[in-house]
Amino acid sequence: MAEHEHILSARLYVIIWAVLMCLTVITAGVAFIDLGPFNTVVALVIATFKALLVVLIFMHVKYTSDRLTKTVILSALFWLMLLLGLSLMDYGTRHFV
Amino acid sequence: MSDSLIALEHPTELQHHFADMEQQKNTSTFGMWLFLGTEIMFFGGMFAAYLIYRRWYYNEFALGSRSINIWLGTINTMVLICSSLTVALGVRAAQMGKRKLLVTLLLITMVFGVAFLGIKGVEWYQKYEEHHVPGSSFNASDLVSVGQKYGIHINQAHSQIYFSLYFALTGLHALHMVVGLGIFTVLTYFAWKGKYTPEYHTPIEIGGLYWHFVDIVWIYLFPLLYLIDRKPFH
Repeated sequence: MAEHEHILSARLYVIIWAVLMCLTVITAGVAFIDLGPFNTVVALVIATFKALLVVLIFMHVKYTSDRLTKTVILSALFWLMLLLGLSLMDYGTRHFV
Repeated sequence: MSDSLIALEHPTELQHHFADMEQQKNTSTFGMWLFLGTEIMFFGGMFAAYLIYRRWYYNEFALGSRSINIWLGTINTMVLICSSLTVALGVRAAQMGKRKLLVTLLLITMVFGVAFLGIKGVEWYQKYEEHHVPGSSFNASDLVSVGQKYGIHINQAHSQIYFSLYFALTGLHALHMVVGLGIFTVLTYFAWKGKYTPEYHTPIEIGGLYWHFVDIVWIYLFPLLYLIDRKPFH
């Protein structure tokens, strides 16, 4: 039953919160530095890292033993990548024609 | 006496079609993640539209992005991250059966949620005053003249597409926040009534999943809408 449920320490949650806050300041600050096309890359890498922390720790996905849940998350991301990736392949290559 | 024995064998929260509490909880969590999967695709369609138009009208998107108040956006990101922390700590309080702590954390979360919407409202009002709301009174001549100063040509009709996406995406996100506040009002009421115990607190968990998801959407909206181009002009 619920007895073997994993209760994470409050300290871990606060550490993750602090990291998320720092990354928010960093991503806003880096936007003012000219990195050429890498501004977008850095912004998206930081956003993805933040999202991963929220999903894995705050949403407990790292600690779940339920494979069904993990399958749903990965397939949702797969379909999202199909949508964004194939759209980009279409619109990104039109000027080659 | 016999009543309490039955209660031990079969918790009142356990619905008869589940084998045990764990299976019931896993099923609810699975259902919530399925719903969040549909939400990813729901927002995904708008992100795809954003991606395509941003590639086509990059200058309009960059200048439009510059005109949005970055301070309000950054503060709002922090407000949402704080609310995610209080949700995570709230789920933990529910796991440990601390009723008062749970109610307090749910209430603080809602305060953060309302603060987010308030700040969002201030930001939208600034856009309204600048005539940046798409429609008949839309006027981006201020952005055109900023562009001219630095040799960047922009088309106001394309600027309108950026602001349409800005309002659609932040509006849809704000709508999710309003729904989240409604869910949390109900959760707070039942938590206050003492409905949630270490054995049964699935609604807190899956309500928390929803809140965290809305936070993640914002984590992407912030760089995509506010930080397209903040570099100093050459």
